[in-house]
Amino acid sequence: MALYSDKVMDHFQNPRNVGKMDDADGIGEVGNARCGDIMRMYIKVDPESQTITDVKFNTFGCGSAIATSSMATELIKGKPISQALQLSNKAVVEALDGLPAYKLHCSVLAEEAVKAAVKDYYDKNGIAYGPELQSCDGDCESCGVEH
Amino acid sequence: MNVYADNAATTAVSQAALDAMLPCFQDIAGNPSSLHSPGQRAAEKLEEAREIFARRLHASPREITFTSGGSEADNQALRSAAALGARKGKKHIVSTKFEHHAILHTLTALEREGYEVTLLDIPPDGVVTAQQVKDAIREDTCLVTVMFANNEIGTIQPIAEIGAVCREAGVLFHTDAVQAAGHLPIDVEEMKIDLLSLSAHKFHGPKGVGVLYVRRGIPLVNLIYGGAQERGKRAGTENIPGIVGAAAAFDEACANMEKNAAYLTPLRDKLIAGLTAIPHSILNGDAQRRLPGNVNACFEGIEGESLLLLLDAKGIAASSGSACTSGSLDPSHVLLALGRPHEVAHGSLRLSLSEYNKPEEIDYILEVLPGIVQYLRDMSPVWDELEQGQRPHII
Ligand SMILES: Cc1ncc(COP(=O)(O)O)c(C=O)c1O
Ligand SMILES: [Zn+2]
Repeated sequence: MALYSDKVMDHFQNPRNVGKMDDADGIGEVGNARCGDIMRMYIKVDPESQTITDVKFNTFGCGSAIATSSMATELIKGKPISQALQLSNKAVVEALDGLPAYKLHCSVLAEEAVKAAVKDYYDKNGIAYGPELQSCDGDCESCGVEH
Repeated sequence: MNVYADNAATTAVSQAALDAMLPCFQDIAGNPSSLHSPGQRAAEKLEEAREIFARRLHASPREITFTSGGSEADNQALRSAAALGARKGKKHIVSTKFEHHAILHTLTALEREGYEVTLLDIPPDGVVTAQQVKDAIREDTCLVTVMFANNEIGTIQPIAEIGAVCREAGVLFHTDAVQAAGHLPIDVEEMKIDLLSLSAHKFHGPKGVGVLYVRRGIPLVNLIYGGAQERGKRAGTENIPGIVGAAAAFDEACANMEKNAAYLTPLRDKLIAGLTAIPHSILNGDAQRRLPGNVNACFEGIEGESLLLLLDAKGIAASSGSACTSGSLDPSHVLLALGRPHEVAHGSLRLSLSEYNKPEEIDYILEVLPGIVQYLRDMSPVWDELEQGQRPHII
């Protein structure tokens, strides 16, 4: 279908880093089945360097939700947490050579999922964080944040 | 293998329809309103087409108006009945929650203009009852509009019974027969239908041609003003090739109706059996009272658009009622009206067959589909939670 770019179709049909991670250091789940897209992201963190050494995802959603999940994992894998937190959905969409305008809302979850996974890691390890991570409880309907 | 299983969206033009159309582009190229011979030849073609629709619907030719499609026919039918009602001080309309948007959005517009609309609930089998209609009719009801067959779940409505209820109550009855025409027997006399819409591209006719049947004596309101075409009720030089193709396709579809239904029904039932054999799946709409080519099922734990994309990659063209295929945040209003929760409605698949589909294609769909559903479920956090018992299975 010409609905999506070749990059999107590639990441949709051959998603990178898909699957569960049993020994994850942080797990973030955002979206809800009501809206039609749910993304769960697992991260493994090296405590010394605060680097994301491994990442996996599970996504329920459309082609663009799955493709953005896949691309987001590629963009943060091996990166320091500080850098991963800078990931914007815009950057994910650009890396995918764009999405149709009405599909942009499906890409927001990728950025949110990364933040939620990091927040979970921080919570589990008693690491303090700022208000920017506190806003996402993973529920699109109660989320007042503009994306 | 390439399988086109989206015939409820639109169909390919039949050879008979194409053969009928081709001369109308060059040899019969006059304007039916012109006095000269080329014009009159076109006028003859137009009237022949009108007669075919009239005969097949058990109507008379003057009750047939050609439009640009099903949507226009629906709009004009509702506006005409509403205007007639208003003149008598009746401004209440009864319809159903699972009509096509061509109906629902026209009703919303009428509401803004002061009409009151009652939308009937959809029973779990996807078939509204004449009793529901009867109970909803009031003193000030001017129109009942109930679709002949639903475009998503294919369920066939008791049109003759509803027609009888409306006639008895003295209320106009319109039916959107876009999905039924050419596939199910229609007799406007026997079924007491006052207004009916159909669209040629759903029965192997061309796109952009519709028919509005209006019982004699019911005045039409113009949507398009201009010349005197269609007895002054629908201005614009007639789409002669399209109308001629539509009539040829309709004639062919009606002539082969029983044969096509006998061919399609077992294929449909085989698909239904195969789809519902997938764990945590459910058929949408009654298994028997549905169009011979319609299959619609939900699969828990997955989302419809990704299902369609993966089917498309395997050469299978289908459709879904998921939100992500509609561009809105809500899944199909039809599935919601049927009582499917949002999370289940997102995972719907519609396969709609025509007599052009081959039995091997059904086997191919059934070979490919279970693996795709499983693949998406394996990727889905929702499926994971369902399997872990962290959330209850709904279906
Ligand atoms: C039930 C129903 N009504 C109306 C329409 C609109 O018909 P058209 O596309 O010819 O305007 C359709 C087709 O999508 C339909 O399925
Ligand atoms: Zn989406």
